[in-house]
Amino acid sequence: MKAVAYELERVSSVNEALSALARDEFYKAIAGGQSLGAMLNLRLAQPECLIDLDAIAELRAATVHGDELVLGSMTTHAAIEDGKVPDVTHGMLAHVAHGIAYRAVRNRGTVGGSLCHADPAADWVSAMAAMGATCEVVGPQGSRRVPAEQFVRSAFEPDLNPGEILVQVRVPRLSAQARWSYRKHCRKTGEFALAIVTGVVDPDRGIERLVLGALDGPVKVHSGPGLYARLADPAERRALLSDPESGLSYERRAWHGDLLASVVADLGAKQ
Amino acid sequence: MTQQHPPIMGQGIGARLTRKEDERFLRGQGQYVGDLRMPGALDVAFVRSPLAHARVGHIEKPQGYEHLVYTMQDMAGVKPILAASRLAGFRTSVQYPLATEKVRHVGEMVAMCVAPSRARAEDLAAQVWVDYEELPVVADMHDAANGVVPQRIHDEWDGNVFLETRVERGEGQTRQPGTVTVSRKLSTSRQCMMPMEGRGVLCWWDTRMDQLVMVSAAQLPHINRTGLAECLGLDEGRIRVVSPDVGGGFGYKGILLPEEICCAWLAMHMKRPVRWLEDRREHLSANANCREHAYDISVTVNADGRLAGIECDAIVDSGAYSSYPFSACLEAAQIGSILPGPYRMDDFLCRTRSAATNKPPILPYRGVARTGVCFALEVMMDVAARALGVEPYVLRQQSLVRPQDMPYTNITGKTFDSGDYLSCLNRAVAGLNWTQWRARQAQLQPAGARPQRRIGIGLSIFCEQGAHGTSVYHGWGIPMVPGYEQCHVRLTPDGILEVQIGVHSHGQSLETTMAQIANTVLGIEPAHVRVLHGDTATSPYSTGTWGSRCAVMAGGAVGTACEELGMRMKRIAAGLLECPENDLMYVQGGIALKDGALRVSYAQIGHTWYRAPQKLPANVNPGGLALTAGYRMQPDGGTFSYACHACAVEVDTATGFVKLLDYVVCEDGGVLLNPMVVEGQLLGGLAQGIGTALYEEMPFDEQGQPLASTLADYIVPGAGEMPRVRIDHMQTPSPFSKFGQKGIGEGGAIAPPAAIVNAINDALADLGAEVLCVPASPPRVLAAIERAEAAR
Repeated sequence: MKAVAYELERVSSVNEALSALARDEFYKAIAGGQSLGAMLNLRLAQPECLIDLDAIAELRAATVHGDELVLGSMTTHAAIEDGKVPDVTHGMLAHVAHGIAYRAVRNRGTVGGSLCHADPAADWVSAMAAMGATCEVVGPQGSRRVPAEQFVRSAFEPDLNPGEILVQVRVPRLSAQARWSYRKHCRKTGEFALAIVTGVVDPDRGIERLVLGALDGPVKVHSGPGLYARLADPAERRALLSDPESGLSYERRAWHGDLLASVVADLGAKQ
Repeated sequence: MTQQHPPIMGQGIGARLTRKEDERFLRGQGQYVGDLRMPGALDVAFVRSPLAHARVGHIEKPQGYEHLVYTMQDMAGVKPILAASRLAGFRTSVQYPLATEKVRHVGEMVAMCVAPSRARAEDLAAQVWVDYEELPVVADMHDAANGVVPQRIHDEWDGNVFLETRVERGEGQTRQPGTVTVSRKLSTSRQCMMPMEGRGVLCWWDTRMDQLVMVSAAQLPHINRTGLAECLGLDEGRIRVVSPDVGGGFGYKGILLPEEICCAWLAMHMKRPVRWLEDRREHLSANANCREHAYDISVTVNADGRLAGIECDAIVDSGAYSSYPFSACLEAAQIGSILPGPYRMDDFLCRTRSAATNKPPILPYRGVARTGVCFALEVMMDVAARALGVEPYVLRQQSLVRPQDMPYTNITGKTFDSGDYLSCLNRAVAGLNWTQWRARQAQLQPAGARPQRRIGIGLSIFCEQGAHGTSVYHGWGIPMVPGYEQCHVRLTPDGILEVQIGVHSHGQSLETTMAQIANTVLGIEPAHVRVLHGDTATSPYSTGTWGSRCAVMAGGAVGTACEELGMRMKRIAAGLLECPENDLMYVQGGIALKDGALRVSYAQIGHTWYRAPQKLPANVNPGGLALTAGYRMQPDGGTFSYACHACAVEVDTATGFVKLLDYVVCEDGGVLLNPMVVEGQLLGGLAQGIGTALYEEMPFDEQGQPLASTLADYIVPGAGEMPRVRIDHMQTPSPFSKFGQKGIGEGGAIAPPAAIVNAINDALADLGAEVLCVPASPPRVLAAIERAEAAR
């Protein structure tokens, strides 16, 4: 199938993007197009006008401010994979980027585009939640910050109001002793994940966090002191997965359960 | 009879010659339908039914665009596709290119829209309003076959079955004291063939030739032309079908599509070039369906540990229509003749039913019924071996047709031409290092242990009838019966050999292998041979490329034509060299005296005939340096290539994921025209077989809605999923083919589901779990384990 006819407007600043989006609620931002492109061709998305954020230099910047990496939302997965952004995560960002789809997608796909597409199976949705990142959104009413774990409200529904765009993802610096684990099951190389489990343990900052991702809706986050010590017990892990609130299917309990055991082993063994 | 031709210069039969076609393919210079540009061409998009079964009422065209939207009413006089079989009891479907009264599957075409671009044609299609009256859907082949549903897909039928067949052989004395019988229900899921290039068609009316030209990605251009002529009411001379470079066929491009008829009619009606390029969604949801089989099967082993008999009730979900030319019954009815596989047995009983459902027509996919049959029988052989407590290869060693029995006529009357099935089995078992894997297995999973990751080994063996001819196909009574295969050869004035064949090459490497045959016969350099095909205006008539027939049939025709042309060239050479013809032999690039003293090149011979005829001998054949020769195997029941696949897998019992650890193939394609090409065919087929085994599935819901209509949901294995495959060639010449070659194009796709599932079931054996349906996806593996645990 071919997309319906639409206008394409390339903008070169965030302000231009905001004023363009303000003109009509059916205008849509495109940020790499690796998911939106397919939706356009399937005619699942039929925007009148696409606002292309590709040329906004400020959204490609990645700088360290104090204890945070401020990652422009138009940073490509490939740039992260290739180490072109400062590493404040002991390699976690680059590891996650390397596992996204395949290189052709990573060359064009962006962190912000992926988060705003809000596919629960997308890697950044889980990884940013595990890292405790914050999404910075700007819109007609100014800017606001949303914890990454809350940014995907439900499948394909990001926390974005009409006219807003995601401009930055702020990733906190892991301290020297911090460790991470990121694991997923895919049917085949390059596919979206069937299950993701990822965790971060940062003793100096008093953080133990575990994220279950690639669910039907938003990620499930567990955190608190002693989390990983508790999860060393298989019964605790089973309880966590069979929590009726988690709504996990039989297969998901198997897949997430397997990944959970590995993540606990990764993060527990080195303690 | 096999004829011996001594290799002349290492580029003939048997050489690993690099492919002539690689130059353009690897540089992106192939020419596919989608690459062709015709000035003023319009693009077509179709309005397709969103419902699986409905009466079609009023169709409302968008106002102001009525002249760009067509329904079957506008195409008055165009006849429906009828692909009947003369087999007793066959019910024919009537498939109009655009639906008339009813739609019978999601994606069936209702209207055709044309515009200067595909996007605008789709805009039009979105504005066509169709009144549908929903009808109850038959989405399950068991319901259809067993007659438990009142609704009819074809109103005039008395049920929903295209054809039922029954094959009964032997005395029925199999089940006696001391025998062991195992029974299971097995199935292969519906799949979609996935050539890199989809279907595509570009049509125009050539006013000079007073002829419709259809450029189509087609395996069988001549059959397409015959079918088009029947539907459009044109004589065949007024239709030219051109099949350019084609990016994989696998059976899908052997079908006359309603889209082709529509576009041909539209080009004639509008007097403008029109084209339709299939997109992957149409491909997945409306067209390329295949493989859906169900088996209720029992296998009996006698007291000597030998396969004694098979009883089977098989159903194939044939979908809504009988496709041209192979019909809706080929797949199921074939099961009744090929299920016995490479084995001897005393009794065979098989009922088959081709069930009609509200799904797209099932089409023959590489291996056709053999993949399902091999899966059913070979998984059962392992089930039986487990019941007997013997290694799976032991039961097979006892049961295979033996080399001393060749040629062997089996229980369903198939005559296996040659081979040593037993050695093939043993070489694959040894090649895999079977005993080492068993030792490793014992170490990793000692009795009573419940490791999460388990290792299993499995194998499957089959033989594959290819290049079967008139005697096999006339009985089917389908629109196409292969006869003599022809080749037209012509030497140019400068000594280039043009070889025209009727089959089409779309991955088979025929431009190389046919040139190798010419080299073997004449000594002419493959670089000086141009193999031409794919144009009904110039190619000899042929049923085309299907049934692993090209190497044998086209190869036989090329060999025969080269021999006949060689006789004519020898006569000219004898005149030039002033010697008897019998003193001459073929050498590199020409003809020479047997003592090597004198020689003339093919360029000199060509020059003499065309440009210096005054030098021709008086007894020259006035037919000149161009001729058509025909070839048919004697007998023409086909060659039987065969192979044993053996593999090791790791099964994660916690997740259901399966990893291929090692994969070995021992195969026998008779004399291999080019072993490298055979390996390429094998690996390509194997990737597809792995897809069938582990990944590919086109599920439908109860309303007949396809649930994997994009490649996000339809999982095809990629390079990362391919194991490193070790290939062991045996080369037992066929006594029936011209050079001893056998058809082997499909084998790679036949054995993997059985071998892989056998390995999975071996890994799970002590849990009592068995996977009996492919693909063996993680949910299916988990479900098998859960079922076994529940049964404890």
